[in-house]
This record gives sequence, structure tokens and C-alpha cells, in this order.
Amino acid sequence: MIAGTLSARGSRPVLGLGGFLLIGTAALLAAVTCGIMFGEIAVTPHEVANTLANRLLGFDLPVDPIREGIIWHYRLSRAAVAVCAGASLAICGVVLQALLRNPLAEPYLLGISAGASTGAVTVIVLSLGAGALTVSAGAFAGAALAFAFVAILAFGSGGGTDRIILAGIAGSQLFNAATSFIVTSSATAEQTRGIMFWLLGSLGGVRWPDAGLAFPVVLLALAYCLYRARALDAFAFGEDAAASLGVDVTRVRIELFALTAMLTATVVSIIGAVGFVGLVIPHAMRFLVGPSHGRLILASALAGGVFMALADVLSRLVLPGQVLPVGVITALFGAPVFGVILWRSRGAK
Amino acid sequence: MTLSAENVSWTAGGAPIVRDVTLALPEKGVLGLVGPNGSGKSSLLRLLAGLRRGTGGAVYVDGQPITRIRRAEIARRLAVVEQQATTEVALSAREVVALGRAPQRAAWSAWTERDEAAVASALERTGMMHRAAQQWSTLSGGERQRIQIARALAQEPRELLLDEPTNHLDIRHQLDLMRLLPRLGTRVVVALHDLNQAAAFCSEIAVMHEGRLIAQGAPAQVLNASLIGEVFAVDASVTCGPTGTRISFF
Repeated sequence: MIAGTLSARGSRPVLGLGGFLLIGTAALLAAVTCGIMFGEIAVTPHEVANTLANRLLGFDLPVDPIREGIIWHYRLSRAAVAVCAGASLAICGVVLQALLRNPLAEPYLLGISAGASTGAVTVIVLSLGAGALTVSAGAFAGAALAFAFVAILAFGSGGGTDRIILAGIAGSQLFNAATSFIVTSSATAEQTRGIMFWLLGSLGGVRWPDAGLAFPVVLLALAYCLYRARALDAFAFGEDAAASLGVDVTRVRIELFALTAMLTATVVSIIGAVGFVGLVIPHAMRFLVGPSHGRLILASALAGGVFMALADVLSRLVLPGQVLPVGVITALFGAPVFGVILWRSRGAK
Repeated sequence: MTLSAENVSWTAGGAPIVRDVTLALPEKGVLGLVGPNGSGKSSLLRLLAGLRRGTGGAVYVDGQPITRIRRAEIARRLAVVEQQATTEVALSAREVVALGRAPQRAAWSAWTERDEAAVASALERTGMMHRAAQQWSTLSGGERQRIQIARALAQEPRELLLDEPTNHLDIRHQLDLMRLLPRLGTRVVVALHDLNQAAAFCSEIAVMHEGRLIAQGAPAQVLNASLIGEVFAVDASVTCGPTGTRISFF
């Protein structure tokens, strides 16, 4: 099916999808392996292999129990969440860029992540029930609110590519200020997670239950987005063009915007607001596999996972004895990419 | 039974744009929609395509209200070419044409021989085969319009609606495009500015004035000096000869 699509659609991507999936999966495994091995306490590949054999296949191979604990409970769960989060954010970027026809659209720059942070923090401070699910629900409400805020501001001020980004800045600032205020004024939130977590993200403290939430969410979202891949293709020439190509524009938009809000909310409630993944990855993947969304979504999900897992490894290695917020690493890569896109869009006009 | 509008009205921001228009598409040929700026041509086309919901009246496709038909189903028989299509997506000309297959394909389904044939035929009929591999962004205005028409043809429509497709083209490309329309083999509705082109290339003319459809018929019947004077506020003389209807303005 995919090979057929490729030959039918003239332009030749750098990589075929088959090749990309192979390389992508290999890169994903390599990134996760890095995630397990590197850190404060070095573990050997042998220990990793034994731990995985014990845990996954029911073997009883000799491993130091503390090291097995680090590998299984700390490192692997963390790598798994990083992969899910990166994939989620990359998918959000692809979807938002297509629907808003804006190359700079992604959850962080549009203030959706900031809104999700505010929502999550509010739930924690008001102690509206406990548990990851309620925090995620709060984050979803916040993300949806931020989405509505940015949309109203952007289209109320005349619409257009630049307006959306400006509205996103206003939204980010507003919701980040609200988050900082709530966290600072509340001892409860301060104890749970600090301001830095909600503004820049961190994979510290991530455990298996978090992966248990992130994995099904990203899998469902991926399947749904692939189902809507053709509709996203049809948005290339705008919403009227999409409608005349048979897309139920209102419905697809609502569903996909809700989906990005849900993905963002899930990610933010687990690892905080991490930026730029949704910007860097889709653009890099467009270059590698072309603009067709079937391929692009799959490739971006894979690459987003790899990128986030590696960013996490870097965040633990750059400063010896310290862990940087993972959002700092993604921003260090993402901000220059933002600049490049801005520069190129100037040339296009 | 084809595509028709019955007493369709459309109001935007309190201002009536289209007023009580009743229009039936001829069984075949090219229907030219003419009228001054702001007379409601584009809005009427959007209503006919089901892209806007009228505030009164209804548009019918084979006797069924268009609002009751699923978008994908509409797109399988009715295609639209906008005045000027723009995208920031790096698509090749062939990929743009292939978009036209979207309404014909179910989600997850494979790209079939029939899809391939439809795209090839659309490129062939618009004379754009040699540009298929080229990037959309590198095409000229005339080529872009042809590729958009090819995309519309790839939908295999029975009706093709075009909104001032010649607007941004030089005279040669305007004539090329107008000559193409009657040969496409679909019913065509085209909004036009140039009355002489409308007279020369359309088998039927519909005249819009202040949101109303005030005349519809063969070019020689409809386009007379008094109507042109009334609608466009210019003095004109119309000569009908063996080479067709010629309109001169003073």
C-alpha cells in the first residue's frame, strides 16, 4: 500500500517508508538502550540484558538487586515515558501545522502546554481528587482553555499565520504566570513538583504507572491520526479546498484539536511542559519522508520518541552530578530550528 | 436533474450577498457567471458547492438538498477550483493532482490502478504531464491553475465550479484556459470578469447584479447593450456576427 502511494506521488523522498521504519525502530532501541545505560550509576550491557530477561521473559539470571531496580524501575520506565512523550508531541506538531497551515505551530509555542500546566497545578493545589488521571484531566481542561483562548485571540485579531504565534505568546505568558503564581503561593504544589517542572519539564520521578498512561494514549492518537492522514493532506490548500475534497472540516478540526489537547495534557501531566519537539521533528521528517501525512505522522512519532529519549540522556550527562530539565535540551535544539523556519518563510514571501 | 439552486440567499455580517437566486445548470456545456465586483458571483459558487450554508432557500444535487449529502459524496461528483490556490506544503504537481483522489479513496485503502489512471488522464487533458514531477512552488500562475483543474478532474466530477480562474493570468494563458473548459467533458460553471471571454467560450451566461440573478440564457440573447449598461454601468455596443458575439466598450 505504502510503496504504491510512493510511486503514485511523483516526488521522491530521501528515504522510503520501509527503510525509514527499519532505521527508526533501530534508532528507538538504541536510544532506549542509551537511556538505560547512561547516568549517575553506570550499568553494563550484561546487567541490562539479564534484567530484561528476568523481568520480561521470567528468567532468574543473577543481577545485583539494586542495579536491577535502577535499570527496571528507574531507567527503563523513564526511557519509555520519554519515547511516548516525544512521539506525542511530534504528532501534535504535525497535526497543528497541517490544520492551522502554520509551519511554527506546536503545543508549546501555541501556549497549549502552558495551559495544561496551569490546569494540572490547579487540580493538585485544590486537591481535586488524587492520582495521575485527575491531574491529566485538569491538564486537559487547561489545554482546552488555552486552545480556546489562543484561537479566539488569533482569529479575533484578524487571523493569519503571525497572529496565531503572537496569540500563542500571549497565552504562554499568561498561563505560565498563573502556574508560577499558583505553585509559589501554595506549599502543597511546591512539595509535589516545582515551578521549573511545570515550565520546562523533567523526566525525574517518572515511574511505570506513568508509562501505563502515556503509552495507550499515544498509541490511540497515532492510530486515529493515521486514519485522518488523508484529511490532513487535503488541508494543504486551506479549509475550503479541504471541504471541496470531501473533508468534513468542522468535525475533523474539532476531533483533531481535541486530540492534540489530550496528547499535550497527558504529556504535561507526566513530564511538564517540554517545548520544540513538535517543531523540530515534523520539519526534519518532512525533509526525510516527504509531506504526505501517512508517512509523516508515522515517521514523526518514531523520531519524536528517539529525540526525546536522547534529549533525556543528554540532560543527565551535560553537567556532571546534575540533571538539566529536559526542556532545556529540547529548546537548545528547537530554538535554532524556529529561527531557520522563520528565515525560510521570509524568503518564500 | 443536475445541480440547481432554488431561492438561495446568503447573508454575511448582516449584509445580503446573495438574494433569492434560482438557477439550474444546463445539461451540458459551460455556464458563465458574470457580474460586477461584489455582485455575489463567488458567494453563489460557494453556495452551489455546498461550502457555505445558505441563509434561505436550498441547493439541490440531483433533487436532494446538498446540506443532507455527506461532504465526501459531494466531492465525488462536484469539484471546485479557487481563484488562487496557495500552499506552504512542498508538494509536487503530481501530488497536488493526487489530492483530487482523496474523496474516492477510503481511509487505509491502497493507491489503485484506477487512481493512477485518473491522475494521468487529468494531467493529460490539462496538458500538464510534462510538469508532473515539478514542485508546485516553481510553477507559473497559468500552470498552477491548470494543475488545480487537473486536481479537480482527478475527482472525476460531473460538475466543475471555477471562481475567476483567469484572474491572475496573462492574456495567452487566459485564452488557453478558457479554450480548455469546454473540452473537459464535465458540466462547468465559471465565474468570469471578461464579458468577451464569457461570450466566446460559454454556451450559456448567467448575470449577477447586486446579489440577484437577473438573466440567464445564450450569450447572444443575454448580453445586450442595455443589460450591460444597467449592470456594469458602462456604455457598450454588441455585435453578433458569424464569429460570435463581440462587445465593445466606450
